[in-house]
Amino acid sequence: MPHNTDAVGKRYDPVVYAVGREKVKEYALAVGETNPLHLDVAAARAAGHADVVAPPMFAVVYQSPSVMPALFDPEVGIDFAMLVHSAQEFRWERLVVAGEELTTATTVAAISEKGGMGFFDFEVETVDAAGKPVATGIWKMIVRGEA
Amino acid sequence: MAFAFEPGAELPELKTTPDRYLTVRYAGASGDFNPIHIDEEFARSVGLPGRILHGLWSMAQVARAATDAAGDPAALRSLSVQFRGMGVLEQEVVVTAKVKAVEDGVARIAGEARQGDTRIVRNAVAEVSVPER
Repeated sequence: MPHNTDAVGKRYDPVVYAVGREKVKEYALAVGETNPLHLDVAAARAAGHADVVAPPMFAVVYQSPSVMPALFDPEVGIDFAMLVHSAQEFRWERLVVAGEELTTATTVAAISEKGGMGFFDFEVETVDAAGKPVATGIWKMIVRGEA
Repeated sequence: MAFAFEPGAELPELKTTPDRYLTVRYAGASGDFNPIHIDEEFARSVGLPGRILHGLWSMAQVARAATDAAGDPAALRSLSVQFRGMGVLEQEVVVTAKVKAVEDGVARIAGEARQGDTRIVRNAVAEVSVPER
């Protein structure tokens, strides 16, 4: 199935995510974190942080609300029944703590086709309240071809 | 004792067994409610053996192996992975990783996550800041 590449370069409106203390703890517990920086406000403060520290992979949580609309965009044209998350990359500039507001924007970085499969790469950039970079994610999806 | 990031050094193995409700908790924590992770009947109806692990949960185990070794979540500068084999519940996940190089205070680490013979995360590459000496 040919994939339309017109959406390459499309940038979606930024999405604001407010990092909550209980959300950070919930996420940290779900992935098995044991470091008290993620779970215990007092321990985080004793280490010089304003509040509990989000594990680096919490980037999934604050970037997802920006990525999802791009995945569902009819102009991108992903067939969800055939969707596979094939690869993921994150680059972190600094730690995030509860209480921050982060702003994330997604761009369609690449769409290509090979062997009947579609390859969709999304570049996702998160900045803090001062506009300084916090994290970059590259979300790579494959849409399997129909038999 | 702190882990010494030196070329060739293997990070302490991380082992964890996702219990049968793990994907439900991770769905809530992450916001990814794709039914292939939480609905046994749905997963089977689309040809899967049953509910499967979220790839990003498995990636988080690789991240944790790196930050646990560093003793500091801020040390993890980047992580890239590929998802291939499907992860399943109630089977031990083992993360192994090795320091490939150390340059300018940054260790380059290569690793993977396995369940038995299935590699559920492969070609993981992490950059971790290490104290200069």
